[in-house]
Amino acid sequence: MPGKVITITSGKGGVGKTTATANLAAALAATGDRVVCIDADIGLRNLDVVMGLENRIVYDLVDVIEGRCRLRQAMIRDKRMPELFLIPAAQTRDKSAISPSDMVRLADELRPDNDWIFIDSPAGIERGFRNATAPADSIIVITNPEISAVRDADRIIGLIEAEEKGPGRLIINRVKMDMVRREEMLSPDDVIELLAIELLGIIPEDESVILSTNRGMPIALDGNNRAGQAFRNIARRIRGEEVPFMDLEEKGGLFGYLGRLIKPRG
Amino acid sequence: MNDFLSRIFGRERKSAQQAKERLQLVLIHDRTDFNPGKMEQLKDELIETISRYIEIDPASVRIEMTQEGREQRLIADIPLQRTGRRRLS
Repeated sequence: MPGKVITITSGKGGVGKTTATANLAAALAATGDRVVCIDADIGLRNLDVVMGLENRIVYDLVDVIEGRCRLRQAMIRDKRMPELFLIPAAQTRDKSAISPSDMVRLADELRPDNDWIFIDSPAGIERGFRNATAPADSIIVITNPEISAVRDADRIIGLIEAEEKGPGRLIINRVKMDMVRREEMLSPDDVIELLAIELLGIIPEDESVILSTNRGMPIALDGNNRAGQAFRNIARRIRGEEVPFMDLEEKGGLFGYLGRLIKPRG
Repeated sequence: MNDFLSRIFGRERKSAQQAKERLQLVLIHDRTDFNPGKMEQLKDELIETISRYIEIDPASVRIEMTQEGREQRLIADIPLQRTGRRRLS
């Protein structure tokens, strides 16, 4: 079966696209799937450091597109998982160095030999976003429970629908359940109600995510961490498994109302 | 003033609720490129057009955008002018 191209996008910067890309790719590769990540944020390369592969870069995405190297030469193999690869962004060029049709051709070349191709989209709705979404078989929209991030996510969902790539699935990242309980943060069901798309998963806010990024080791590989568990659950849902939503509250309750929201009323 | 009063009586709305309400409004306009100014204009023209056919009560006309999921709907409530029942003979 040819691989699936999944683009991770958000509109707003800093909500966790790159972290999610690295973690979902690692979680899928840990189950034995063959996974390639493409950093489509040309000029602002970051997926390499989050994955801990910054010292191995020789060729990049633009080198592949412009024919300065073969595709295999630009695919950096992960340190821990032999089935996980990164195609890094060019750091010295800008978004105009590649076009949406370049990305479609590249994805077509990657599909036969890989199970999953993740594309980490740049922030914004310009050329870089169109490059990242053009080859997508499905799109994951990631947001935080904050007013500006949700607004931008809504804009992105509208654009995805207009391109007939939609409706996309939603990850809500950095949820602080203690603030939600005090009604000082939009709850996951507020966000789902506002954006009205399918929920793929919720990642609780967790300091360990920063620690693992510091080390260049995805938190999804940490068996005991809740954020890591949330990423692993999302990876399984991407594979088509039915995985119940994690209970993010100490005393239960969240699962029940999320369960209702997944299958919208009426 | 409302905010002030509700603070005095200790019934300030929680910030999450405020965020949700503000987002609901802003998303409606983002999605449709339709702003409150255009809405007023539409309302005026609607009143003008309908009044050519039937007598309505302009002050009670309500137009609002509602949403269900990602579907949006423009709803107009246009009460007719109260008149005594017209006699036929």
